Amino acid sequence: MVPRKLWRRPLDSEQIKLPKAEIHIIPDLCKGCDFCIEFCPRKALEESDKLNKRGVYPPKVADESKCTLCGFCTAICPDFAIFTTEKKEETSRNGR
Amino acid sequence: MSESNLMMHHYLAKYLRQERMPHIWCEGCGNGILLNCFLQAINELNVDLNKIVVVSGIGCIGRVSGYINVDSFHTTHGRAIAFATGVKLANPELEVVVISGDGDLFAIGGNHFIHAARRNVDIKVICANNFNYGMTGGQYGPTTPLDAWTTTTPYGNIEHPFNLAHLAAAAGAVYVARWTSLHVRRLKASIIKALQKEGFSFIEMISPCPEIFDRYNKMGTAVDVMKWFRLVSQVRHGCDPAKAEITENEILVGEFVDIEKPSYGRLLREMTSRVQDKLKREES
Amino acid sequence: MVDESRAVLTGTHFMSGDLACAEGALAAGCQFFGGYPITPATEISERMSRRLVEVGGVFVQMEDEIGSIAAVIGASYAGKKAMTATSGPGFSLMQENIGLAVMTETPLVIVNIMRGGPSTGQPTMPGQQDVMQARWGSHGDYEIIALAPSSVQEMFNLTIECFNLAETYRVPVILLADEIIGHMWERVKIPPAEEINVVSRKKPKTPTAEYQPFKPDKDLVPPMACFGEGYRFHATGLTHDEKGAPETVSAEVQTELVKRLADKIRKNAEKIVKAQRVMLEDADVAVIAYGIPSRAALSAVREARKKGIKAGLLRLVTIWPFPQELVSDVAKQVKAIVVPEMNYGQLVREVERAAKTTPVILLSKLGEEPHRPSEIIEAMRRAVK
Repeated sequence: MVPRKLWRRPLDSEQIKLPKAEIHIIPDLCKGCDFCIEFCPRKALEESDKLNKRGVYPPKVADESKCTLCGFCTAICPDFAIFTTEKKEETSRNGR
Repeated sequence: MSESNLMMHHYLAKYLRQERMPHIWCEGCGNGILLNCFLQAINELNVDLNKIVVVSGIGCIGRVSGYINVDSFHTTHGRAIAFATGVKLANPELEVVVISGDGDLFAIGGNHFIHAARRNVDIKVICANNFNYGMTGGQYGPTTPLDAWTTTTPYGNIEHPFNLAHLAAAAGAVYVARWTSLHVRRLKASIIKALQKEGFSFIEMISPCPEIFDRYNKMGTAVDVMKWFRLVSQVRHGCDPAKAEITENEILVGEFVDIEKPSYGRLLREMTSRVQDKLKREES
Repeated sequence: MVDESRAVLTGTHFMSGDLACAEGALAAGCQFFGGYPITPATEISERMSRRLVEVGGVFVQMEDEIGSIAAVIGASYAGKKAMTATSGPGFSLMQENIGLAVMTETPLVIVNIMRGGPSTGQPTMPGQQDVMQARWGSHGDYEIIALAPSSVQEMFNLTIECFNLAETYRVPVILLADEIIGHMWERVKIPPAEEINVVSRKKPKTPTAEYQPFKPDKDLVPPMACFGEGYRFHATGLTHDEKGAPETVSAEVQTELVKRLADKIRKNAEKIVKAQRVMLEDADVAVIAYGIPSRAALSAVREARKKGIKAGLLRLVTIWPFPQELVSDVAKQVKAIVVPEMNYGQLVREVERAAKTTPVILLSKLGEEPHRPSEIIEAMRRAVK
């Protein structure tokens, strides 16, 4: 594998803005397989310290800003307990 | 979004019979992933949901038909393909998909599998292969690896397993692919391809069975098994399915077969037209 | 493409029972046949393979009888009238899926041209040895409808009747014929299409979203949606509620479902049952027969009358549900009942149950030519002495 520091940067990388993601977890649907936590390429999830009603530790968001909306967690979840959506820019708050 | 109706906002929720969720499958079972990938595929293809029929057999994955919000039928053990053959031939407009397990499709239902493939009935068969009979508590089946421990091989398995992809190809399937439950994108892509293809298509998904087979064989957690899939899977499109064995050190995955051949339904319709035209000519 | 104009071969024909059965199926609107070759039912497959293509239907020769009935159930759910034809060994293979058809309320017709058993037995010889298998062959509690033709004309007529009953009650219906009827050639009159009474399954009237596939009407029969019609329903061989959702541990759902599936037939038995009464009004000895022995029985009764024996015949057209009341009525009136069967005593048990104290004499025949009228007369003579 080529080390990351040698990767070529796309010419337009400055202009590309990653979408902001919102991660939705339905804790009580989770059976605790940990696939989403384990296989998230950006490690945006971690195990919750709170048991859900099924008696397992569902995932919780570790760092939502890491999420690039790749959708892998949504696709690999056997229980339809997690999905991501694009966060709408809240124009009023940041004054733009 | 409030927690209680969050499920409704899942983009695949409309394809599920939500009142039957959560499904019966264990944590870390690949069946849920297969269901997820199938729903992704029909979502992407934007097919008419009124024209899809999902048929399943018996076993853990047999329940899958009841979870998908399309016309669906849960048959007797091993008979999903024979049932699906009747459906497809009786109404060729329907897209008929069989989703079932390795024991259902290849032990008790093996005869129907090879003959449907030989006839090239235009149905899609997706198999969740977990190497054992999970629902009955983990007995060995037609895919159980040599030496594996199951409840009916207490001294280790002495039967040689089927290579399902090879079997499907030899029997005449026009499309044969194998993925593991970690290959969600590729599995979805294969399902999409199969759905668009005419003829008998077969997709095998290697699945963890964390509570039964994997536990008995000390393979660790579902995550461990998925990591093993990542470690040993090698994508070899076009590989001779005869050589695509599954071993501890290597799982060959990919699209092994992708050929064109007229389906049974097409040949039947062509024959019917010929016969009816001849009758009309004779009458006039 | 479906061409109904060729389905009904109106006119007078000379054909075998198997061929008449195939023509009856086509006249009833059968559009799907899934089967596996077996003596002595193969001629039905052969005829269907030719004729179904002419009318734009589907003939498929499956890999075995299990696949055949599974495909037939599938075709029925896909909206086609469907059938299969077989004999004893194949009928045995079909049993599990007959249960599936009962459980999922699938209209279909199974033709069993009975031969000699057990096992491979005598493939080319007649038998009536599958009477109890027809009734009890699949596991679990259920009721079944089975009709027994005794002429080639009846092979035509009763095949249509089988389809009509299947469609009316959403059940598998069995045409239980024997090798002689199947292979015998006789005159058959096929009426014009418009004179043939053809019944089709009732369709749901509820909006698609509200449809519950196993919610019965007052007649205990749920209207049937088929695949591709937009109802998007689920059917399963598991015990299920009215929505079709599996209910694998509820005693209430199990009781309600199993009772309703049986009651569809039990409570409509009077409408279903057909039998022919011959010279029974003043009879003091009766023959109760079905299928091929009933032909000798008819001659025997006529002959016996000439000899001064007050004999009568109850010919059962419907075997299942068993015509309990008709047999009871006969038993109350006569001194003895003679039951000629091409087996070692099957339907005779039901006759005995219904006859209570009236003596019942079994005339059993295995693997030979059918009963002669003289044998039946002799049995009657001894019975009334």
